Amino acid sequence: MELNREENVMLEGGVEKTSSPWRNIWSELVKNKAAMVGLSIIVILILIALFGKYLMPYDPNTGVLAESLQKPSSAHIFGTDEQGRDIFSRIIDGTKISLRVGITAVAIALTAGIIFGSFAGYYGGKIDMYIMRLMDIILAFPSLLLAIAFMSALGKGIDKAIIAISIVTIPEYARIVRGSILSVKENEYVQAAKAIGNNDMGIIFKHILPNVMSPIIVRATLGISTAILETSALGFLGLGIQPPQAEWGSMLGAGRGYFYNAPHIVLFPGIAITITVLAFNLFGDGLRDALDPKLRK
Amino acid sequence: MLLQVKNLKTQFKVKGGVVNAVDGVDFEIDRGEVVSIVGESGSGKSVTSLSIMGLIPNPPGKVIDGEILFKGEDLLKKTKKELQNIRGNEISMIFQEPMTSLNPVFTIGKQISEALIKHKNMSREEALKKSIEMLELVGIPSPEKRVKDYPHQLSGGMRQRVMIAMALACGPELLIADEPTTALDVTIQAQILDLMLKLKDKLGTSILLITHDLGVVAEVSDRVVVMYCGKVVEKGTVMEIFERPLHPYTEGLLLSIPRVDEKHDKLFMIPGVVPNPLNMPKGCAFADRCHRCEEICKKEVPPLVEYEGRQVRCFRYLNHKEGKV
Amino acid sequence: MEALLEVVNLKKYFPVESGFLKKSVEYVKAVDDVSFKIYRGETLGLVGESGCGKSTTGRMLVNLLKPTSGEVRFEGKDITKLKGAEEREFRKNIQIIFQDPYASLNPRMTVGDIIAEPIKINRLAKGEEVEKRVLKLLEYVGLASYHRNRYPHEFSGGQRQRVGIARALAVNPKLIVCDEPVSALDVSIQAQVLNLLDDLQKEFKLTYLFIAHGLNVVKHVSDRVGVMYLGKLVEIGDADSLYDNPLHPYTKALLSAIPVPDPAKKRERIILSGDVPSPLNPPEGCRFHTRCQSCMEICKKKEPELKDVGQNHRVACHLY
Repeated sequence: MELNREENVMLEGGVEKTSSPWRNIWSELVKNKAAMVGLSIIVILILIALFGKYLMPYDPNTGVLAESLQKPSSAHIFGTDEQGRDIFSRIIDGTKISLRVGITAVAIALTAGIIFGSFAGYYGGKIDMYIMRLMDIILAFPSLLLAIAFMSALGKGIDKAIIAISIVTIPEYARIVRGSILSVKENEYVQAAKAIGNNDMGIIFKHILPNVMSPIIVRATLGISTAILETSALGFLGLGIQPPQAEWGSMLGAGRGYFYNAPHIVLFPGIAITITVLAFNLFGDGLRDALDPKLRK
Repeated sequence: MLLQVKNLKTQFKVKGGVVNAVDGVDFEIDRGEVVSIVGESGSGKSVTSLSIMGLIPNPPGKVIDGEILFKGEDLLKKTKKELQNIRGNEISMIFQEPMTSLNPVFTIGKQISEALIKHKNMSREEALKKSIEMLELVGIPSPEKRVKDYPHQLSGGMRQRVMIAMALACGPELLIADEPTTALDVTIQAQILDLMLKLKDKLGTSILLITHDLGVVAEVSDRVVVMYCGKVVEKGTVMEIFERPLHPYTEGLLLSIPRVDEKHDKLFMIPGVVPNPLNMPKGCAFADRCHRCEEICKKEVPPLVEYEGRQVRCFRYLNHKEGKV
Repeated sequence: MEALLEVVNLKKYFPVESGFLKKSVEYVKAVDDVSFKIYRGETLGLVGESGCGKSTTGRMLVNLLKPTSGEVRFEGKDITKLKGAEEREFRKNIQIIFQDPYASLNPRMTVGDIIAEPIKINRLAKGEEVEKRVLKLLEYVGLASYHRNRYPHEFSGGQRQRVGIARALAVNPKLIVCDEPVSALDVSIQAQVLNLLDDLQKEFKLTYLFIAHGLNVVKHVSDRVGVMYLGKLVEIGDADSLYDNPLHPYTKALLSAIPVPDPAKKRERIILSGDVPSPLNPPEGCRFHTRCQSCMEICKKKEPELKDVGQNHRVACHLY
């Protein structure tokens, strides 16, 4: 065949890269300093959650009332709370629950949101209408109120609280996913995927979702803090985490009344939440960039 | 001379280096003339027109050298304020996309009036009256009704007519048209080109046409500037360029267009692609794709050579000042 | 000659819902009763301006859009009624090349994976074989094996279009719908892609439906050409006879409007007045009568049929 192949001389010959896509993503992630900082913090937090009991100088749940509301000192480096409990120990003890709450609640909401959002965006029409109206109904209630309603149906307990929180945040993810899908659905590569014989699931999961992940990842990392705070709000109402169990959100809630006299009570749990959210956010941003071949070198 | 561009150089800072989008471009436009700049994507033709308008986004872009003499005054030395008084008044521009170059939230009457109120100190009523006149001039039926329409109520061809009305409202001496018909259908393209030429004769406006379509160039221009990779490779009258192209690139381009009036089995093909602007070859930018490439072409950048009263950037004409090649 | 594909009374109406609770429904008649044949091994060009329905027609042939009514018979079988496995089996036969090389490739997949996907989905090869076939296809379209692991954004428009062609070729199709395959490319790259399509047609005995608005390009590649206006096929015939002797006033105007890259040839140009009417409310009678210079009384009332005027040339106009 007389194909004119000489016209391809312009691209300088490269070495055949055969590494797997996952390795490519990882090597890209390693190059991103901010993402690595985020990942390190996440690893440290997980280690604290697992082995924290060996680091606690005091029992997190028993306080000495006489030592209540003490400012940070050498004895209590983060000070003590209104019941005289050591805040440092309580923060370490709370890591486990706060991380679990944040990560699982977002994971559940995200998965459900992606499924609902994809179906609504991709199929459109009646399916879209039913799914999105359902989402609108959930959004129409103040999320905390709805979570309380779910809790009263599901019963008390941390796991139930996590489920309640995930359900009320599903619409946010579903909406983002649906909107992004609508914007890429009409792209010709989606038409092309159809023309070569892909089924709907192949098109949604292989061709559409990978191209809409950026805003979703960012939203999910921010969602972790919302989940922690909302779970603590439930705990405050006596529905989720039960006192005296330490948890960052409830520590923040309980410390509110002492804010003027002893700001350290809210300061340290607040910092802990901020650091966690920041870590996930940095890591999420890095992950988003690493997943985008256009940003790779 | 209405406009003289001398040794214009415009750079863009991008990730990974500096791109010389326009690299030493010279050309001039006389009053009442249509000059076309032809080139493919990456040739720097659009950047040239934006440089003249002073519309290069800075950063990342910057005009780093050269002169743009409009009626003898260097536009590059003007202040922002002075440029604003020239833009839309003495020099105006129409863009490729008639869909996005009109603001969707204002009526077209308001958009045409804006320049008139600003540059000609007209009152709102006078400007509106003039807008209706302009719409009539560009052939929009029942202009007094249309003047109250919003852009989305008009078809693509109509919007391009409105763009032309807007550009010509202040009676500019130079109209820069950047791919004015590329987004339009062929019958509408014919209408718009026809309109532009008629208005040019009527109003005496000079036109700088930026396009990749050699058919359009042949139909409307007096003189042609061919650009490749930021440099002028050939200049001449429209007859010279199309009858006897000197530069191998121009020659290749003309041969590679499928023609309705001729039948070829195979199209002539310029091999390869435009070089990466961050990694330009050492010699002539076209050398790798050239069917007449010689040793020297890969080593040195050819100068713009005077040949038979025309200018061409190719070594083939360097040693043959006159006569046959 | 044997027809590989036959389109019979094909219609595609898109509903436009408006009003409270989407009560009133109007229809955009994108394709309105179009019939034609594509013969084995030929290239049928389809031209027309935006909104004439040429792309919609193309997409119905690849089953990307379901027709409102009418038949698309491929090798005698109506493909519009196929479902499930049968439909997938059929899809292999007709492939499509898209206009925008920047939008038609998934930016998250390597070029190799893009080309391998149709092979895997249709189980045309396994394991090592898939890879071999991908490399072979890259070679056919003039790309090198080291391009396999690159992503679409690393390529120029022309090269991306080659990837799109390789993807279409991967399943050994018989018919390829080329939907404006070169309109988004630079002139020098257009010629490369057109020549490649020509080579591939000869090598693999392909049949093309070539949809484009560039009349010069269509003339160059096509054996026969059909002209569409507002959802109707107004004229169809051998490329040479249609270009040399256009009959329909619209075809005449369209041809005369093409700018020819030759300043010495100043031709008489028929400049059509006005714009294409909205396909939501197409004019009564002949759809072109609002812009036609030879419009007669009958044109406003009666819609002209596609009539045979000899030599494979058919035209829908009351003049003939």
